[in-house]
Amino acid sequence: MTADTIQLEIIAMEKRRKLYSTIGILLMIAVLASGYGLASSMNSGSFLNGLEKFFDYPGEIVREAWEAGSGFFALVLQFLPALIETLNIAGAATLVGGAAAVVLAFLGSSNLGVKPPVIISVVRRIMDSMRAFPELIIALFLIFILGSSPVPAMIAVAFHTAGALGKLFSEVNENADAAPIEGLESCGANWLQRMRYGVLPQVLPNFLSYFMLRFEINVRASAILGFVGAGGIGTELRRTIGWGRGAGDETAALFFLLILSIFAIDQLSSFMRQRLVSGKAGS
Amino acid sequence: MIVNELSKHFGTVTAVDAVSFRIEAPQMVGVIGPSGAGKSTMLRMINRLTEASQGSIRVNGRDILHLKGKEKRRWQRDCAMIFQQFNLVPRLDVVTNVLLGRLNGHSTLKSLFSIFGKSLVEEALAALDRLGIADQALQRAETLSGGQQQRVAIARALMQKPKMVLADEPIASLDPLSAEKVMTSLREIRTRDKLTVICNLHTLDTARTYCDRIIGMHKGRIVFDAAPAKLTPDVVRDIYGADHALDESVTSTSIGERSAGADPVASDVKMAS
Repeated sequence: MTADTIQLEIIAMEKRRKLYSTIGILLMIAVLASGYGLASSMNSGSFLNGLEKFFDYPGEIVREAWEAGSGFFALVLQFLPALIETLNIAGAATLVGGAAAVVLAFLGSSNLGVKPPVIISVVRRIMDSMRAFPELIIALFLIFILGSSPVPAMIAVAFHTAGALGKLFSEVNENADAAPIEGLESCGANWLQRMRYGVLPQVLPNFLSYFMLRFEINVRASAILGFVGAGGIGTELRRTIGWGRGAGDETAALFFLLILSIFAIDQLSSFMRQRLVSGKAGS
Repeated sequence: MIVNELSKHFGTVTAVDAVSFRIEAPQMVGVIGPSGAGKSTMLRMINRLTEASQGSIRVNGRDILHLKGKEKRRWQRDCAMIFQQFNLVPRLDVVTNVLLGRLNGHSTLKSLFSIFGKSLVEEALAALDRLGIADQALQRAETLSGGQQQRVAIARALMQKPKMVLADEPIASLDPLSAEKVMTSLREIRTRDKLTVICNLHTLDTARTYCDRIIGMHKGRIVFDAAPAKLTPDVVRDIYGADHALDESVTSTSIGERSAGADPVASDVKMAS
């Protein structure tokens, strides 16, 4: 091939690439526009009219919280046990689900020499199905069997977590450098030992970030499950929001606690990751 | 060790083509040849990292190509391997990396919680000391220079208490001084521990300087197998398939001129007598 034909080829390739991005952008606009059209035709009031009232409710909550003054902090303290219950549900669910996710992830990664290879696709399908069920549905089902308590909520969140984190973890595994694993294989290390020393030290910092992000997501998920009787901060939120006017200060206190805990988790996450990445060697 | 008609096919490509040779007494064997000649594949088949397509490798009467599970891993421990890219665990400290050489023979449960008793740690430190990098024992492997990392890899190999050492281009990504240290350490495994060392090399003068025997490979076949002295320019041209004589001094990585006194092979002979 001469330089001229290569140049023409490159120009043609460039044109094709531009065409693809244009089509992509047009498709996205079409999807957004049709989605908006569908939504506004199905709603009773139009979206834009609703938008004007959108800030009324939050405004009311803030005003009531302001009026409560120092009583607001008393409310925050009062709801602290509810928050702790929610954090408990989320924490236990993340730990149990995370542990299951680690096992699933190692068995579902294509680059780690899992034998026979059929295990990999079976485990992946298991993780897919675990993610397919919304937490809320599993929780409702379990509450129906086990009764209203934090345990069904914990199981429901853990179940989803195992599937979701398992997928993310296995993707991290698949980006791991193969050289250390091969080095250990050449020493005669067995599969578990290769995973423990060849893969785990490489992937642990990323596992930890995903784990903490999931904990954050699970705090929110556990709060939502309170709406269906799983206890914790969600049960309180349902009560105060359900009452509508008058409980704005309580709602504000609950949101305040939720936001605070997410801040705390985020800080903790960066701190732990920092230590793991740049701190002392070993794991 | 008797290698007989060893072959490896990747699809329609034959990487190693019916290779046969035997190693009776401990010796240092240098394997030379152009890239793609099958040198790495051959070493990887001996260590069982790559499965052979045909042939046999007999060690003390048994064909190690047919070992499975536990016995295969035991064989892998017996023939330690050193890689061009070191293949250490970068995020673990140096002494742990060396300890990992003994994972085989260590109970899985114990090793999962990294309980390597005191005596093993002492052994690992002794191995590091022998290679002159005991001071770096607690640093992460990734913070070391290439030459140091390769010496950690050699320490790990020693930790395996191997019966043979394979080295796949051990100095190809090192500077000349580090390369010399690494080759000297490998030579020492041959003289001090009395083990066979098989070493793939790119530089001819390294092969001449450190090896007792040179195997030349071309397109998967062995085309030369003799003492370094027999490696004439004509033979070299055949191995590399060049149509003109190669000037070794152009690709040489040795420091200064070689003299008889500094020749490791010569000095080993003196020590042995």
